[in-house]
Amino acid sequence: MLKLEAATIRNGTFTLSADLIVPTGATVAVIGPSGAGKSTLIEGIAGFLPTAQGRIAWQDTDITDQPPGARPVAMLFQEDNLFPHLTLAQNVGLGLSPNLRLSPDDKARVRAALNRVGLTGMDTRKPGELSGGQRSRAALARVMLQDKPLLLLDEPFAALGPALRMEMLDLVAQIASETGATLLMISHAPEDARRITKQAILVADGTAHAPRPTGELLDNPPPVLRDYLGS
Amino acid sequence: MAALIFGALLAVALRAETGRGFNAADWAALRFTLVQATLSALFSVLLAIPVARALARRRFRGRSLLIALLGAPFILPVIVAVLGLIEVFGRGGWVSAALGTLGLPPVQIYGLHGVVLAHVFFNLPLATRLVLQGWQEIPAERFRLATLLGIDGWSMFRVIELPMLLRLIPGAFTVIFAICLTSFAVALTLGGGPRATTIELAIYQAFRFDFDLGRAALLSAVQLGLTVFAGGIALWLARGEGFGSGLDRGLRRFDGKTTTARCIDALFIGVAAVFLLVPLMAIALSGLPGFADMPGQVWTAAVTSLGVAALSTVLLLCMALPMAAAIATERGRMVEIAGLLGLAASPLVIGTGLFIAIRPYANPQAFALPVTALVNAITVLPFALRILVPRARDIVARQGRLGLSLGMAGLPFLRHVLLPRLRPQIGFAAGLAAALSMGDLGVITLFADPNVATLPLQVYRLMGSYQMEAAAAASFLLLILSFGVFWLLDRGGHRHAET
Repeated sequence: MLKLEAATIRNGTFTLSADLIVPTGATVAVIGPSGAGKSTLIEGIAGFLPTAQGRIAWQDTDITDQPPGARPVAMLFQEDNLFPHLTLAQNVGLGLSPNLRLSPDDKARVRAALNRVGLTGMDTRKPGELSGGQRSRAALARVMLQDKPLLLLDEPFAALGPALRMEMLDLVAQIASETGATLLMISHAPEDARRITKQAILVADGTAHAPRPTGELLDNPPPVLRDYLGS
Repeated sequence: MAALIFGALLAVALRAETGRGFNAADWAALRFTLVQATLSALFSVLLAIPVARALARRRFRGRSLLIALLGAPFILPVIVAVLGLIEVFGRGGWVSAALGTLGLPPVQIYGLHGVVLAHVFFNLPLATRLVLQGWQEIPAERFRLATLLGIDGWSMFRVIELPMLLRLIPGAFTVIFAICLTSFAVALTLGGGPRATTIELAIYQAFRFDFDLGRAALLSAVQLGLTVFAGGIALWLARGEGFGSGLDRGLRRFDGKTTTARCIDALFIGVAAVFLLVPLMAIALSGLPGFADMPGQVWTAAVTSLGVAALSTVLLLCMALPMAAAIATERGRMVEIAGLLGLAASPLVIGTGLFIAIRPYANPQAFALPVTALVNAITVLPFALRILVPRARDIVARQGRLGLSLGMAGLPFLRHVLLPRLRPQIGFAAGLAAALSMGDLGVITLFADPNVATLPLQVYRLMGSYQMEAAAAASFLLLILSFGVFWLLDRGGHRHAET
């Protein structure tokens, strides 16, 4: 499980405190008003922002001081999830080896991952030649190969149309359940959260609250969330 | 890098004979250096203002080509330009010939005015680009508003353009002043004698003719003080604020539509273009006939120069790439300062230091070519960093986190992301390094024995022995090679480059 013990994550002058536990294999939405600190939480867990106090642990291993690449974390950002000058096969291959030394066996796994996300035969294409949806698929193929126990999404599909976004979310849910990964996903749309997460962390007023069942939180929102959702 | 420069400076400092002080010739050199740099900067900037104004408000065919050509003198070998200027303005040149048909005496190019002429030739384009940039930073909205208010001509100049110029001119003047302070090859070829010797040239003479290392070191120290002072002022002036941003809707000017304004603009653009292009044409015209029967040592020198240029380019990249990476990932405040040191120490000063440092252990002449390549690389380093660093910063900002999250920190990121994405900039920097090294006539003159020559030095020697036809042919070859290596490397960076 992922444990944040009295952790304070600093983002410039802003700080977010979190004291919570996410069970292994959970699917969790991170919801809350704009500027409340959703990205701060995710980037703190990924290691891009420093933990000023407290600690972060995964399966009882303290990861507070580990650099991002060493953490048990795969992450998708809002944009720039692929290197534009590398082919899809190379981009996905980075999930297996950060210095791109790939054995024939690795290359077969890269091809299989591309097949799995519906990009068969696109190995030699570059991101610039693909549509937004195809780029998302390629990034997900890399996430599959990274095979990290924690998958963090910082709204990577925000720029896609509604139908395509649902398709990607379903793919994420499938991949997470296949690999047994624990999913944390920032969400602005309640329907996204309901669709693939069972639990939700509310981030508001500089605090990340412990996860609660998604449906319950959205059906019965506290005032700060109700103002944000506008219902 | 810093160790190298400071080591050279230390060697200079230890050798400098401060006790003896300046003799009359040294004072004359100091005075001449300051006078010629002031005049060169003054004329370059004064001429650049109307030329840049004309270029800013006119649209005509070949305008962008002309602006691109304004960048060419940067990689143009000094000796080639000097020879071209002699062909046009020299005693037996075109201007003198034209005057002769009118029964007037020929003009003389050697001396202060020749040195200033050559410096204006090199720095007018730079000044024009600097001033033009100031014009282009004025948001189009300002001009639109001014037009709406009925402001035109002289009032347009006073209200909008003059404030921009007043802010920009001191910086442009100081930059060119600083460049002209360290002028060596121009003073070597067009100056000389007690009345037209720069400090840089005096260092060379102390070295080469008197073999007075103490005096060379003392002059080097003075030179260093001058360049650091002028460079510091230039940097300080350069940090001025911008003109406020507009929404930048493609600059369309509504003023200056009168016939007089058009004629004045056309005149300035025409005169500048002729002044810059005719000496190069002269080299091509007089160089071509002698091309086939050039002396054998010219070809040997050309091969030597290509080798020096290649070595210098490799050395530059070995210094610039790690430095750019360190600066971009914000580990490199000190590294950035070290890169600027190359600007402060003039090539001959570093050369003098290296000569003094090598001499106790080996014959410095044996190191003529590697030292030339190294000093060339150090000279280009500040420019290379200015080309590489902004783009490297951009790449790290956009893709650094993705790399980190994939565990690519360090070498894998450098190899698979930073270097491939920097390729166009690396090509451009390498092109500059190769071309500048190819055409450099500086340190090599300190170190070379009579049996070794780079192509620029060979041209200089041919000029010295009055073989002007062979010199013209050799400098035409030098011109082709300099622009050729630049073009090849720059293009190599752009081929298959990704967006």
